[in-house]
Amino acid sequence: MQQVFSIPKSMKKDFRYTFCPGCDHGVAIRLVAELLDEMNLREKAICSTSIGCSVFLYDFLDVDCVEAPHGRACASATGVKRARPDKFAFTYQGDGDFASIGLAESMHTALRGECVSAICINNTTYGMTGGQLGPTTIMGQITTTSPYGRNREYYGYPIRIAEQIALCDGTAYSARVALDTVPHINQAKQALKKAFEVQVQGLGFGFVEILSSCPTNWHMTPQEAHERVRNEMVPVFPLGVYKDVTTEKGV
Amino acid sequence: MTDNNEKVLIKGNYAIAQAAINAGCQCYFGYPITPQTEIGEYLSAEMPKLGRGYVCAESEIAAINMVVGAVSTGVRAMTTSSSLAVALMQEALSYAASDELPVVLVNVMRAGPGLGYIYPAQGDYNQSVYGGGNGDYKIIVLAPSTVQECIDLTYRAFYLAQKYRNPVILLADGLLGQMMEPACFGENPYPEVDVSSWALTGAKGRESRAIYSLGPNEKKQIQHVYNLFKKFEVIAEKETTYEEFQTEDAEIVLTAFGSMTRNIKAAMKVLRDKGIKAGCFRPITLSPFPHKRILELATEGKNFVVVEMNMGQMYKDVKYSVEGRSEVGLINRPVGEWLSVEEIVEAVEKLMEKNYAASIQYS
Repeated sequence: MQQVFSIPKSMKKDFRYTFCPGCDHGVAIRLVAELLDEMNLREKAICSTSIGCSVFLYDFLDVDCVEAPHGRACASATGVKRARPDKFAFTYQGDGDFASIGLAESMHTALRGECVSAICINNTTYGMTGGQLGPTTIMGQITTTSPYGRNREYYGYPIRIAEQIALCDGTAYSARVALDTVPHINQAKQALKKAFEVQVQGLGFGFVEILSSCPTNWHMTPQEAHERVRNEMVPVFPLGVYKDVTTEKGV
Repeated sequence: MTDNNEKVLIKGNYAIAQAAINAGCQCYFGYPITPQTEIGEYLSAEMPKLGRGYVCAESEIAAINMVVGAVSTGVRAMTTSSSLAVALMQEALSYAASDELPVVLVNVMRAGPGLGYIYPAQGDYNQSVYGGGNGDYKIIVLAPSTVQECIDLTYRAFYLAQKYRNPVILLADGLLGQMMEPACFGENPYPEVDVSSWALTGAKGRESRAIYSLGPNEKKQIQHVYNLFKKFEVIAEKETTYEEFQTEDAEIVLTAFGSMTRNIKAAMKVLRDKGIKAGCFRPITLSPFPHKRILELATEGKNFVVVEMNMGQMYKDVKYSVEGRSEVGLINRPVGEWLSVEEIVEAVEKLMEKNYAASIQYS
């Protein structure tokens, strides 16, 4: 019988996702693991992990991992890469980790053009703590700390991360993808591959922002959550490649 | 500057920087702050020549987290800073202690609290020894008193950090950092430490490794904290160091750490000329603290007078160590001009009248 599906080598054999049903983290992590396998990076990969729903990453990925405090994954990955330039350094963070508490570290890592790859899951909320307003919460969105909806007066505006990172001269690749449909998942994998490749080629900072569902904190079914990604998130956070030095595509 | 036996006239900050290079520091990450900026300046020139890592970090928070990332791969790495900016690093120190990562941090102390100023002080004893980070953890803290010792203890800091997989703070001060003294680099006297059993180098030919402090399993977390403290008991047993002068016949023991030690040695001589049997005691490791030796001296009936440039931070540890067997006095000034030999002598004479159970505070 032909085997058509298997667990990537870069995933732990006995892993059991702790994510809520319908959460896109599982798909994103699997894409990362598939690419580490396909690009032969597993044996030289060192992941700087993060705080939030992604905190249990080292229970799923079968690669070397070092924990970074909340927001500091890009600083940690900088240390890893400077210490061991021959290794593959990457981060896997949420939007709160990457773009709120860690915005300085993230942006300066891009500005320095560190040859590391960073992945940021954007689900417009702080998932682990139960759905509070975060840096990517969209205007009008109701969260546990914006019970009347996000407005300019109290909360200001969300950050468009992929666009901001693309503005940094040290960024080699910056893209935004989604995981709501199979074509989008395939595109996401291509973007992640590119973000990994620019590190391997020594071109600079590789970044992918992944729009992700959070059915639990959005109080939706998984299907409704993916519809929200399409109908409410994509208009605010358009998908696409914002910078790619290998094709000289501008912002 | 090379690792040879020639005596050179060198500033404390440069001595620390060159000693770090000699100790095999592969990466330096730092953010400028007076009075330690020369360390980063020196290394920005030297590290690229050696093909080693150097990053002008965007903040002290980033700098120490870069160190954490770097040392997790088994290389030696360091950051340096001063007081208020070391406060920013406390979260990462707590992580590094729990993750058992050999972070080396140099704190060239200045005055506080808050912004304070750039004149020297010793107000970070508590911050270093007791930690500003969350939870129960311990840091190894080494306190140099001369530029020579800045070199010797930098070598030791890198060695102890890797030997025990524990963060180490080299607690210097603005006086030492800015002062020039003759010193000799010699050879780094410590052996290489094998880190291959835990360092992250990619899961090649072995199982993957994860270094983290997350403790969702309560029983494991309890055991983890006990293990950290058991490790520190070993460190206390094997690595506690101190220096003593003329304590054999001493009735009072002047006690200080870091560069304040320089003046208590001179004060001791003046007091002896006046017929007062004074000795000197200096912890070199502030953590682990030489409780045992202080208790021995107290048991012999020797009283202590702690001299420090803060509000009596080490004083509390000395007081704790004597277990009520002798008296402990305090001579202090919170910040600024180092307590002079004359001030120390005058204060000791006043304290004698009160049988040492008092404090003399200078402004």
